[in-house]
Amino acid sequence: MGLVLDVLSWVSIVGGMFFMIVGTVGILRMPDIYTRLHAAGMTDTLGAGLLLLAMCFQAGFGLIMVRLIIVYALLLFTSPIGTHALARAALSGGVVPYRAKVEGDTT
Amino acid sequence: MFATATAGVLVSMSLAMVRAVLGPTVYDRVLAVNTFGTKTVLLIAVLGFLTERPEFLDLAIVYALINFIGTIAVLKFFEYGDLGRTRRVEEEAD
Repeated sequence: MGLVLDVLSWVSIVGGMFFMIVGTVGILRMPDIYTRLHAAGMTDTLGAGLLLLAMCFQAGFGLIMVRLIIVYALLLFTSPIGTHALARAALSGGVVPYRAKVEGDTT
Repeated sequence: MFATATAGVLVSMSLAMVRAVLGPTVYDRVLAVNTFGTKTVLLIAVLGFLTERPEFLDLAIVYALINFIGTIAVLKFFEYGDLGRTRRVEEEAD
């Protein structure tokens, strides 16, 4: 049973690290702020979720698992709100989306 | 196991810091700092498990709240130039 939990934790940690590093490389390489927000969202949901799932496997049932679920619930609720506020502030701050700049159509 | 996770989180934190330094607009920097804060929450949690003190998770919860409120406050400051003003008050003043 302990070996199964360890294997599950390793799979979750490797998957979480993959999504986290891919999301951050997306933040580095995407052309403008809106597409970068899209890449950052994947980091907050899947990367953090898989890492916290690995910690859940190691912690077992109890108060610690409740705290891990609270951390994930907070990230799950605050990340889309922050992303939405950031995109809205960028739009009202005059940042033109990438394709609109290329085609000359700023609407 | 958790040492590997700590290394991965630290690598992606350093990549996010590169964007915070490079970012052409202020919104890119805010996005990078927000991502950095989310990864700091994960780093605190992973370090708690690495040193076998899972009580660090309470610090992670508090840091997640502070990170969210800080992002919203900085965005409001850059949009209105003031933390106490709302859009309706501004329109009425005009």
